[in-house]
Amino acid sequence: MAELFAKYNYWIYIALMMIGLYAMIAKGNLAKKIIGMSIFQTAIIVFYVSIAAKTGGATIPIIAHGHEGAEHAVRVIDYVNPLPHVLMLTAIVVGVATLGVALAIAMSIHQRYGTMEEEEILEQIRE
Amino acid sequence: MIAPEQYPVLIVVIPLLSAFLINLIGMADKRFCYPATLLALGGSLAAAVAVAGQVAAGGVIHYRVGGWPPPFGIEYVIDHLNALVLVVIAGVALVAAIASKCSVEAEFPHKRAQFYTLFVLLTTGLLGMTITGDAFNLYVLMEISALTNYALIAMGGNRALVGGFNYIIVGTIGACFYLLGVGHLYIMTGSLNMADLLHLLPALFHTKAVLVGAILMLLGAWIKMAFFPLHGWLPNAYTYAPSATSTLVAPLMTKVSVYIMIRVLFSVFGAYYVFTVLPVKGLIVWLAVAAIVGGSLFALAQQDFKRMLTYLIVAEVGYMVGGVWLANQWGITGAILHIINDAVMTLCLFLFCAIVVHKTKGHRLSDMRGLFRRMPVTMTAFAIGALSMIGVPPTAGFFSKWYLILGGIDAHQWGFVAALLFSSLVNAVLFFRIFEIAHFEPADEVHGHGHGAVAIDEAPLSMLLPLVAVAVGLIVLGLYSTTLVSTFIHYAVPAGI
Repeated sequence: MAELFAKYNYWIYIALMMIGLYAMIAKGNLAKKIIGMSIFQTAIIVFYVSIAAKTGGATIPIIAHGHEGAEHAVRVIDYVNPLPHVLMLTAIVVGVATLGVALAIAMSIHQRYGTMEEEEILEQIRE
Repeated sequence: MIAPEQYPVLIVVIPLLSAFLINLIGMADKRFCYPATLLALGGSLAAAVAVAGQVAAGGVIHYRVGGWPPPFGIEYVIDHLNALVLVVIAGVALVAAIASKCSVEAEFPHKRAQFYTLFVLLTTGLLGMTITGDAFNLYVLMEISALTNYALIAMGGNRALVGGFNYIIVGTIGACFYLLGVGHLYIMTGSLNMADLLHLLPALFHTKAVLVGAILMLLGAWIKMAFFPLHGWLPNAYTYAPSATSTLVAPLMTKVSVYIMIRVLFSVFGAYYVFTVLPVKGLIVWLAVAAIVGGSLFALAQQDFKRMLTYLIVAEVGYMVGGVWLANQWGITGAILHIINDAVMTLCLFLFCAIVVHKTKGHRLSDMRGLFRRMPVTMTAFAIGALSMIGVPPTAGFFSKWYLILGGIDAHQWGFVAALLFSSLVNAVLFFRIFEIAHFEPADEVHGHGHGAVAIDEAPLSMLLPLVAVAVGLIVLGLYSTTLVSTFIHYAVPAGI
């Protein structure tokens, strides 16, 4: 049982991801779909950031004595892995851009069809 | 003069910087956007051709972006596989750009600058995805091409908006799956460089995390390439997109995704893991059979020409995925050759579609009545593209289909062979129905008065010349396919299978 929850970060990201996936697939409102998409992308960011963590008091990788002769050897175990954080900076930018494009298209759909409900839009298309 | 060893980065940098320039130029004078686009894509094509020549002469090129050594920096790797794909992407984009002039001026004259900026940026994304040797860099460029693609499709307005919106949702799921798969591999190996991963993964082949990573990356690529039954987003998005958009994205997006699948399978996991450790070879070939048969049947049911073409794309994706998973020399050769041939064939058909839309303002089959008399040259070029889709020698389509069928026989996948023949038959029915409509059914009474000669009314040269060039290209590709296979594709097929 304890083993099952030892890596709870994975459970959190999977739960978030499924909430997002459910909203994207099952919700009929375009705005809710966009929210679902955002949650889905955030779940992956949470996943990446959480794998950077280390147990035992590891902290952010700002090296205090790095520039002045670097008298202390850098102990890797004292710092979290910075690479996933850097990758996720890019992923956040991508997520924001996707959100922007999706909102812009949803606005155009609203202007054209006067509704955000998928059912009503499809009804208008069928007519 | 720029040193030849810098050519690989030029393929991507020229269109990337030009995209911003085109936007600025558009603010000053919209008329200059079109020539600037041609210049940018022409430069990229020249660099791609030069690099392909270098690869053919001297083997694989490794280019360190910014001078950082891999696995820490991003590495561009150009081998015999992507050298060819790069030339096809740059070439198809250039031809599509040339032909876009009239459609863009007719469909959205005030958004020319935005359109060409996105057009060039989309091409940049595709080229970058193809050239990179870094798994995470690939994700970023995948999203660049996808985001620009959403915007370009939505420019069609009305139903394109709804199709584009669904594409955003599904495309994001696909890209996120890929990213998640990369994450799994990163946890296990601590590396993102493809060559490094190929080196580190064999020791971890038995772990579940690598298995999940492989499945997620594969699923991501399948969603992006619209592999049946994950194809739901494609028909609506491509049918209602503006002509100029669909001429660019229909030939390239799915084909580049197939390339990504091949790249991930053979350059990250390696052929041994994919074909021997994973027990899914036969299953995926049957999925491909479903894609081919399903795509063909849906295509038969359509009354709209452009929509019919989109379902043919779905069927063609089945060809390539099935060919790869046949897991033998013939099948993989056929799949890679088909990436190239299908890109050119689809370009030919969508260029024709753009001309029909430009001339008749519609893309239903009934809009094509009497077109053989009105546009003999256009229709002849279209006929060559159609024959290539059916697979009639000496057009390009025949040769890749031939390799795929040989592969199917060699692997004893009779279902796949039968599906290929069935799809050729369906293509023959589809295109001969169009020939019949265009040749024998008279145009509306409004156009032709009685039995008098119908005036020849060809498309503008900027659309006609690219179409004719592509049609001739299909025959040339067919005639030189053996050279292509022996110079490039032979080296791209993983050894030892």
